[in-house]
This record gives sequence, C-alpha cells and structure tokens, in this order.
Amino acid sequence: MHLILFLVFAGFCLGGAINLLIQSHPINSALSLIVVMVSLAVLYLLLGAEFLAAAQVIVYAGAIMVLFTFVVMLLNAGREAHTLGSRAALRLGFPAVVAILAVIATVILRAQGLGVAKLSDGITSTEELSTVLFTKLLLPFEVTSVLILIAILGAVALARHDDTDQRANVERTGK
Amino acid sequence: MTIWWFILWSVLKVAVVTVVMLLGVAYTVLLERKLVGRIQNRWGPNRVGPFGLLQPLVDGAKSFLKEDIIPTGVYRPLYLLAPILALGCALISIGVVPFGAPGVELRDVAQLGGPWYASRVPSGMFLFQIADVNVGLLVILGVTSIGVYGIALAGWSSNNKYSLLGALRSSAQLVSYELALGLSLVGVVLRAGSLNLRVIVEQQATNGMLSWNLFGGMQFVAFFIYLMAAYAETNRSPFDLPEAESELTGGYHTEYSSMKFAMFFMAEYGNMITVGCVATLLFLGGWTSPFGDWIPTPKNILVQAFLPLCWFVLKVFSFLCLYVWVRGTLPRLRYDQLMNYGWRWLMPLAILNIVATSLWLAYR
Repeated sequence: MHLILFLVFAGFCLGGAINLLIQSHPINSALSLIVVMVSLAVLYLLLGAEFLAAAQVIVYAGAIMVLFTFVVMLLNAGREAHTLGSRAALRLGFPAVVAILAVIATVILRAQGLGVAKLSDGITSTEELSTVLFTKLLLPFEVTSVLILIAILGAVALARHDDTDQRANVERTGK
Repeated sequence: MTIWWFILWSVLKVAVVTVVMLLGVAYTVLLERKLVGRIQNRWGPNRVGPFGLLQPLVDGAKSFLKEDIIPTGVYRPLYLLAPILALGCALISIGVVPFGAPGVELRDVAQLGGPWYASRVPSGMFLFQIADVNVGLLVILGVTSIGVYGIALAGWSSNNKYSLLGALRSSAQLVSYELALGLSLVGVVLRAGSLNLRVIVEQQATNGMLSWNLFGGMQFVAFFIYLMAAYAETNRSPFDLPEAESELTGGYHTEYSSMKFAMFFMAEYGNMITVGCVATLLFLGGWTSPFGDWIPTPKNILVQAFLPLCWFVLKVFSFLCLYVWVRGTLPRLRYDQLMNYGWRWLMPLAILNIVATSLWLAYR
C-alpha cells in the first residue's frame, strides 16, 4: 500500500516538476509547482511526518504559492516567448546534467550512515518533533532563522528604490 | 480480509457524510433565506412544500436544468477546474471532524442485534468520524488554504475585470485573515496540548458548559477573533467584498452559470458549515453535553451513541444562525477598513491572547 502510494505521488511530483519547466504560461507553471508541493507533503506523510506534511501544505502550497499566483494575476503576465534553445545548451547542458546526477547518485550510494528514511506506520508526533527541534537542534534552528532574516534584509535592500533609481525606471519603461 | 472491510466502511462513511453535508448545505441556504426574510419583516420562501421546505430541491433542479454558458474569452482548463477545486476543498475538510463521541464503534451498535452480529463485526470501525488524524486542526487549515485557488483561478480564468477584481480581493482577504484565524487557535491548542480534535474536545468535557474553552478556558478573546476571521474567510457579510454586488456585479463568479455557479455557492455554504464545526469543536465543547453530569447518562446504548451527535448538530446550527443574524444586521465594510481591521487590530490582539494564555498556563 505504502509503495503504491509512494510511486503514485512521486510520479505526480516529477510530472509536476517537468510540467513546470515546459509550460509557457506562468500561471500553469505556478499551478504545477503547487502539485509538486502537495505531492511532497504526501511523501512526508508516508514517512510518518504528519506535522511536516500539514505545515508544507499550509505554508508553501497555501500561503507562498497564493502570493505567486497573486502576482501573476496582478501583472497579467502573458505567454512567455519560446526559444528553441541555443546549440551550446543542447550540447553541453544535457551531458553536464547527466554528469552531475551521476556524481550525486554515486556519492549517495557510496556514503554510509546517512540515516535511513523508512516508509513505515510509525508516526512522529508534533510533541516529539518540537522537543527535538527546541532542545537538541536549537542552535541550527536559531541560525536558520537568522539566515532567513538576512534574506529578508537583502530583499528589502534590493527592492528599495532611491528617487534617482525610480526616475531611471520610469524613463526606461516609458510610463 | 479485514482491510477490505475497513476500506468498504470508510467508503460508506464518506458517501453518507458527503450526502448529509450537501443536504446540510442546501438547507443552510433555506435557513438563511428564511431568517433574513424574518429579519427584514417578510416571509421568505414559503410556496414550495410545507413552510417552503422543498425549496432547496427545486433550486437544485433549476441549477441543473439551466443552460450552461462558457464565455468565449475564458481560459478553459482553469475555468472548468476552479469550481471543482472550490467545492472539493469545502467537502474534504469535513473528513477529519468528529461529529459524535468517537469511541462509538459499529460493533457496539451491532450488539443490539445480538452477540452473533457483534462477533462478525471487527473492532475499530468507528461511527462518527471519517479519519482520526493527529494534526486534524492543521489539516482543516491546510485544506482551507488550498480552497483559495478555486476563487483565485475562477476570477483570473474568466477574463473579466469584475471577476479578476473579486478574485484579487478575495485572495488578499483570505491570506490576511488566515493569519489571525490561525493565531486565534493557538490559545486553544496550548490549553489542550494537542492538535488532535478529539483530544481538544475531551479536554473540555469534564464540567459541561463551565469547562468549555469559551468560558472556563478563558478563550473568549480567541473566540471573538476566530468569529471575525471566520466571517472574512468564508466571504460572508460584513466582509463579503469579493462578491460585493453593488461594485463588482458578482465578483469572481460573474461569468459562471448554472451548475458551475451552484458549485461556488455550495462551496461557500459548505465552508460555513465547516467553520461552524471547528468553532463547536474548539470553543463550544464539541459533542459533549453542555450540562455535564447534571443530567444522568441514558441507559439505552442507541441513545447514548446518538445524543452527542444531537448536541453537536445543535451547536453547529446555533452557530449558523449567528452567521445569518450578522448578515441580516451589519452593512458591508470598505476594503481599506477590512485590511486595517485584520492587520492592525485582530492580529496584534491574537498575539496578545497567545502571550496571556501562555502566562496563565505557566503560573496558574
């Protein structure tokens, strides 16, 4: 049962990801990303991480992707121009991707003691998860939040326009 | 062999709950029309059947038989997907709600027919809940947050400025008020120490009404925030800006007709019922009796099994009446008022409530 569910949702996940890349309309890509996120949540659920699955759906599929679709709708972004791709990308890109995947696969296969993720009935309760998160893993947890803070500051710094900047922008777009 | 019994039982439960839910939706519409009618000093629908009781069935038949128009400019796949998504999400979240005492099994009821029947029925087939999930509360929140896409996509794919404006308003409103809604529930979760809806209700069961989270749990501020946020989440007046007729003709469902429009309509009322169920479970003691031990437990096993269900339905019904009452009383807000209210009043209040509840739990 678990295996069947895993195969089905892993399939959805991969299909969504590929669809995300080949769709030319931004809103279709955004929707494929939602499919990817929801099927990832189901995979978490199969691993017994209920809380993580629910958080994944609420935060990523629910909140963040709503903002994505919101922006697409607001800007009314149209179809993206389709290029056939450069020859260099075809000749170098695909072998490079294969090479990188091969390296990653060998590293994972060689490495021992990475821990086992098993598809089981055992369900990690929210209480256990939070105990581990706020005692054993407190430092990484806090460091991650600082990292996110830095990202926010960076976004604000990048998005803030000076007056001169704005004027240049207006001239460029002609609005 | 038993696994097939369980699958069959689950399918049966899902079918029954879906039918009951859809009937509930139909009659909530009638309840609203009747009550609003009385509030406005008129009778409301009273022509079809006794007291107009068959009105929802006739309305349903009308929606089915109406011409189904798909405008030429729409983006077809999403235009067709949107109502399905909206209604689907409205119906899914009811799956984790426990309607009655969750310990009641099919075997207990089969006992009435004699021990022979009881021995045939495997244990663990619970009667009043489809799925007992450990993070049930989060599942409801998650499904609700996916439901936004139904509205957003409907507005966008319709290729109509009113629809788009309605959808934008709606998604902004949902995202803003979801925050206050989620935070208002934290106090209750802190008190119960669990996200499981069954545990949250059982923790309020000891002294009847006095131990409800609303009264004994000191969560009245949270209840107030939940109420406001829930009205906004379900696009109900006074927060029904996404479908404000006077400005947007119909909002996100302007371009929808016949059954597709009816699906949005049903999704809205289905969400109302779900919100009522969650309020009942979290603040009003769920299926437990408001009188606690003052009235003795009935001897008959059937009454024992179905009395909690009656309490639950009664509580949800009163909540729905409150919904209609508010709709019949308050005028619509302006959009900037709505955003101000959500971000500058409800959210800080919800955070204060969390802090106060934690302090109270730590030092009582």
